[in-house]
Amino acid sequence: MKFGVVVFPGSNCDHDAFYAIGNVLHKPVEFIWHQSQDIANCDAIILPGGFSYGDYLRTGAIARFSPVMKSVEKFAKSGGVVLGVCNGFQTLCEAGLLPGAMMRNSGLRFICRHVCVRVEQTDTPFTNAAQKGQILKMPIAHSDGNYTCDDATYAELEKNRQVIFRYTTPDGSNDAAGNPNGSMHNIAGICNRERNVAGLMPHPERAVEPALGSADGLVILRSMAEALVGAAKATA
Amino acid sequence: MATAATEIKVTPEIAAEHGLSAEEYARVKQILGREPNITELGIFSVMWSEHCSYKSSKVHLKRLPTRGKLVVQGPGENAGVVDIGDGLVAAFKIESHNHPSYVEPFQGATTGVGGILRDIFTMGARPIAVLDSLRFGEITENKNTNKEEAAKNRRIFDGVIRGIGNYGNCFGVPTVGGEVGFEPCYSQNPLVNALALGIARKEEIFLAKAKGIGNPVIYVGAKTGRDGIHGASLLASAEFTEESKQKRPNVQVGDPFMEKLLLEACLEAMQTGAVVAIQDMGAAGLTCSTMEMASRGGTGIEIDLAKVPQRETGMTPYEIMLSESQERMLLVAEKGREHEVLGVFKKWGLDATVVGQVTEGGIARIKDNGRVAAEIPAHPLAEEGPVYNRPLAAPAPRVESEKDWFAFAPEGTNLAQNFMKLLASPAIASKRWITEQYDTSVRTNTLAGPGASDAAVVRIKDPKTGEVKRALALSTDGNGRWCQLNPRVGAMHAVAEAARNVAASGARPIAATNCLNFGSPEKREVMWQFSQAIDGLTEACTALGTPITGGNVSFYNETLGKSIYPTPVIGVLGVIEDVSRLLKIAFREEGDVILLLDGAGPTSGEAAREFSSSEYSKTIAGIVAGDPPAIDLAAEKHLIDCLVALASEGALQSAHDVSDGGLTVTLAESCFASVVAGLQTGASSSGANAAHLSANIKLSGDAPAEHALFNERGARAVVSVTPSKLAAVLHTARQYSVAAHQIGQVIRGDAFRIQYKGNAVIDGSIESLRDAWAYSLERALVAR
Repeated sequence: MKFGVVVFPGSNCDHDAFYAIGNVLHKPVEFIWHQSQDIANCDAIILPGGFSYGDYLRTGAIARFSPVMKSVEKFAKSGGVVLGVCNGFQTLCEAGLLPGAMMRNSGLRFICRHVCVRVEQTDTPFTNAAQKGQILKMPIAHSDGNYTCDDATYAELEKNRQVIFRYTTPDGSNDAAGNPNGSMHNIAGICNRERNVAGLMPHPERAVEPALGSADGLVILRSMAEALVGAAKATA
Repeated sequence: MATAATEIKVTPEIAAEHGLSAEEYARVKQILGREPNITELGIFSVMWSEHCSYKSSKVHLKRLPTRGKLVVQGPGENAGVVDIGDGLVAAFKIESHNHPSYVEPFQGATTGVGGILRDIFTMGARPIAVLDSLRFGEITENKNTNKEEAAKNRRIFDGVIRGIGNYGNCFGVPTVGGEVGFEPCYSQNPLVNALALGIARKEEIFLAKAKGIGNPVIYVGAKTGRDGIHGASLLASAEFTEESKQKRPNVQVGDPFMEKLLLEACLEAMQTGAVVAIQDMGAAGLTCSTMEMASRGGTGIEIDLAKVPQRETGMTPYEIMLSESQERMLLVAEKGREHEVLGVFKKWGLDATVVGQVTEGGIARIKDNGRVAAEIPAHPLAEEGPVYNRPLAAPAPRVESEKDWFAFAPEGTNLAQNFMKLLASPAIASKRWITEQYDTSVRTNTLAGPGASDAAVVRIKDPKTGEVKRALALSTDGNGRWCQLNPRVGAMHAVAEAARNVAASGARPIAATNCLNFGSPEKREVMWQFSQAIDGLTEACTALGTPITGGNVSFYNETLGKSIYPTPVIGVLGVIEDVSRLLKIAFREEGDVILLLDGAGPTSGEAAREFSSSEYSKTIAGIVAGDPPAIDLAAEKHLIDCLVALASEGALQSAHDVSDGGLTVTLAESCFASVVAGLQTGASSSGANAAHLSANIKLSGDAPAEHALFNERGARAVVSVTPSKLAAVLHTARQYSVAAHQIGQVIRGDAFRIQYKGNAVIDGSIESLRDAWAYSLERALVAR
């Protein structure tokens, strides 16, 4: 089992994802350069946070054309596990691997703070080690995390249970009050219909040790590792 | 030497327009042995500008203590470097970007952050934290600040905050701390001081010394444009006038994405082993980097400007040499291995071009397509510039009497309203509105972000293995109001408070950096303030064992002839040997004993005189007078050593020093932080204030109640202790000659009660106090 962390020019959470998987989760991990098309030896791909290409055109809009994204698309289409965090989520939306788009935060400012999200679905490779309804505390750090999509798409998301994380308050009682950025229906993270590609705005890789304020993000990375073990057993 | 027919002929008038005095111009001619051409004149003018040459400050800076057993690199390089153990070093420095930030707040602040980050990674260190020390005019209307002025100050404030966030967030370095102050004197001249910290392996530190005759000189990074010609160097070397706004085009524009690429490419290129020297292009751009590299290396240098990547066509040698386009570096590679270096930059999609070579003989020769455009002996230019021992004079002594000072309220007065007002004042109120706009957690090292501990604390991951053992603590401090009243004592307080903050986080203070913001050095009183401040810094840094390893001087902080308060800002760095020993300010458990640790510094005989310089006096009575609190450095040292010892013993639950607003503010902040910590751990916010901790305090003494509650005398900290460890803590305090007064208890609930001499002087609710403190900045800025 090996994780691959893609490095776009301007990625700045690549080291954090690498550290979380290698030093905290103790799983094999390597960087994948954006110009590489060879991701064949990785079992799960993480598109990390950051400001790929400076986000000067639109978040994730240029990264989506990187050579590596062709391979990521192919990997995803064949059932490979792909997680996009923050800028990686934005890139997955731009690439059409996830539906919807990201707008500026409703307050029009960058926000960095710990937020709480509720795990809405557990039958995904990103949440299988979590409990349904479990509240996870993780930091956000973004200007453009205000998720939106048209009504038909949202109806699809609901029908296929693709919303996997929703913002909420620490006790899970008030989703709207826990929404930091105006995101539609308090959406913090979604997966594709096939459930092998997911994106979320909070940073699980920054919430992997109590000393950092929370270790709740680890459950997402651990879910991925367990899904890979499961998949390996199934094909063995 | 060849001169193009179209070139401007240099006259004494043109030299004067470049800011060179008649004597300086004569010295230029003496060094060259002839008249300079316009390009050479431009080079001399920026190199000898106050900003680049330190010509007015040098004679005083020499007095600062710069040596220590942990100091690997003192002042004079891009940043100071100190040994932090296990083969690792920390590179850190603070620098000002005041003038550009007034002209164009957003870009001024971004390029300030960009510049200091480059200084750090130029040394081979990866930046892991940024702190900002900011001063603005007042942002709410009052008797000193009218409506328009307050609105303007809010715009500057907002632009600077957005600028700092924009750069650091994109670059990927956490902005973890700093401080913000508001005084009318900064209304026409805000202060934007940015501090960056990086770490590296000790043997992998790079210096900016050109070496090896024939080695290629490589230009990397952004293309050179006409932006920022005479930007930082000249903007920061003259005071502001009505026309200064026309200098907006002189402000540079920052590109944090480019800088991020430059960071990764530079660190990777350094790993090839083919990089000999490296220098960033900051103020005075290509001029400063070529001349200083050659001068430090004792070599010459030759470059051809035709090879410099350019953003615009038709740029003259003068413009190319003086451009302050951002995100550029100059490096010297080992001859024959330049392709290894160029290959790394190509991989990162950056321009990298061999533009010249290191030469023998000490001459810096600038060619333009083969034709010599400038020819200057590098060492005399860089090191033998003008040095001024400017005249200084103490201002006329202030004649004050009791009626100018704060008048204490009669005994028995309820102080709750005043306390609420103090908590809501911008200086004391929560800075959450600001710090949430900064990425504080990227790089997953932040153990204590803004407001969690007295210092910002980041852990150190070994660059190779990721292993964690130690953490670094940083605090910036400076009190302009106190320095205005007494620059020497004010400067000592700045060092003491920064060191105390670091110690209150559990770290041993080991080194310091300074940013000295003053008015015009051509004024005798300003030079006197400067000299006094240097004396204070020298005394305090020596006493507290924190040598100055670098920094910068910013003069001419005045507009229309009015100077800012003299504002030396000090950044102190400390080491926590074991990350688990980190201390935060939040009270943690009901029943814990609250102690006031007191190094027992002096109390001046005149309580009212000292109290008149306090935040309380300013906020409640509008009085700024008297003297800063008397300071006793031995007492400060005792307290610092005591806090470090207690932290390493794991004896404390929390620690928070007494500073702005005095003891009562300290206590309240420890309560507020426990609320935040409670919410963050996911505890229910409903129910009977489940997450709330508060304090029940009983104080005694002889002073008036307001003095007891709000005086800002140093060498004190509030700590909380588990009852079972109380005896051990008292024992340790005695060993360090620190008095430990039991002043109360941590309680569960909302009531915040302080009794003084048996009277309830504060009887408030944490919820409502916290509301005033937590949202006042936001209300001032947003709800309009």
